[in-house]
Amino acid sequence: MVKEIERAGIPVVHVCTVVPISLTVGANRIVPAVAIPHPLGNPNLDAGEEKKVRRNLVMKALNALTTEVHGQTVFE
Amino acid sequence: MRIVHYINQFFGGIGGEDKADFRPEVREGVVGPGQALNQALAGTGEIVATVICGDSWFNENLEEAKATVLEMISKYSPDLVIAGPAFNAGRYGMACGAVAEVVGKQLGIPVVSGMYKENPGVEVYRKYAWIVETGNSAADMRKAIPAIVEMVKVFAAGQTPAPGTYIERGVRVNYMADERGSKRAVDMLVKKLTEQAFVTEFPMPEFDRVAPNQPIRDLSKAKIALVTSGGIVPKGNPDHIESSSASKYGKYSLEGVTDLTAETHETAHGGYDPTYANKDADRVLPVDVLRDLVKEGVIGSLHEYWYATVGNGTAVASAKAFAQKIAEDLHNYKVDAVILTST
Repeated sequence: MVKEIERAGIPVVHVCTVVPISLTVGANRIVPAVAIPHPLGNPNLDAGEEKKVRRNLVMKALNALTTEVHGQTVFE
Repeated sequence: MRIVHYINQFFGGIGGEDKADFRPEVREGVVGPGQALNQALAGTGEIVATVICGDSWFNENLEEAKATVLEMISKYSPDLVIAGPAFNAGRYGMACGAVAEVVGKQLGIPVVSGMYKENPGVEVYRKYAWIVETGNSAADMRKAIPAIVEMVKVFAAGQTPAPGTYIERGVRVNYMADERGSKRAVDMLVKKLTEQAFVTEFPMPEFDRVAPNQPIRDLSKAKIALVTSGGIVPKGNPDHIESSSASKYGKYSLEGVTDLTAETHETAHGGYDPTYANKDADRVLPVDVLRDLVKEGVIGSLHEYWYATVGNGTAVASAKAFAQKIAEDLHNYKVDAVILTST
């Protein structure tokens, strides 16, 4: 899906936990996430802390979208 | 022949998605599908131990998982390892592949597995494993077991499986040819020019890569859209998106939505433990944070719809078709960039 959206000319960032799969499917901008069942959250934290984790990941994703890349890039 | 079998928490009888975080454990003898394998292998080999690990735990802790599982396997000094079969289970296939990589590199013994051709484990790890092609679900177990057994017997006889009995590994093997390369190349060219059939000695790998698009220049004016393969849908799953092998995607309004809650949203995905997403779907589709960022002026706006499907054994061709339609819609709404989340 990532690749088809990219092919259509829209910059896209893939936020996902299993980075090797993302690399295989051909995503260009990749942000590694927290865990498979909760990529943008952490149920072990209280709600406020958890939202900070999510915000941090979304900011990384937005940063990836504003960064010029020349090939597949993982934004750690 | 001594064999160690690697399986996931489901086939190990530990549990379903709620146990996908199960840490590696080793059991003496056979567990689950190992029983049928062992029976069919009688006289050839024996499964002396079974390593069981949760699919999520393995993939989320890749390096630790590889090291732990390798240690468990090597204690039994096997001659061969069987991993799976994993059919079209993505995380399971990735785990079987990673086991094949680490066992092959560290112990130098063959690893036999079984997977559906679209399992991501095939693409990533095929050069390390001898993978028998299976159907896309465990319903194919009946056929997968004999195929795996056949391959193990080939190794037991001190031979290498014949090409065509496993998924091509992309490994080049040296051999002595009767004629030199230039002659063979010209022969091929002549055949091509005279429109005769010929077989290439080096099929070119198919790379379907798309170059990255230009970045967004001004985030504060950008319209951002959310797309997910994690199955986040309005409560009740109004479009009945399937929990696996999805045949459709949904397009849903975000009008007036500032936060996803257990009362309003849920996941339709059947390939991971839904507890966390059902309690707070922002954990997969971060609507709450994006609303905040719009309010703070960090991004221009959030696209008024989100798009969701279930990426669980879903055919690559389907996913491709969904995304092409979604992209068309995104163009119509003049969306500048997409955040796509996957579980």
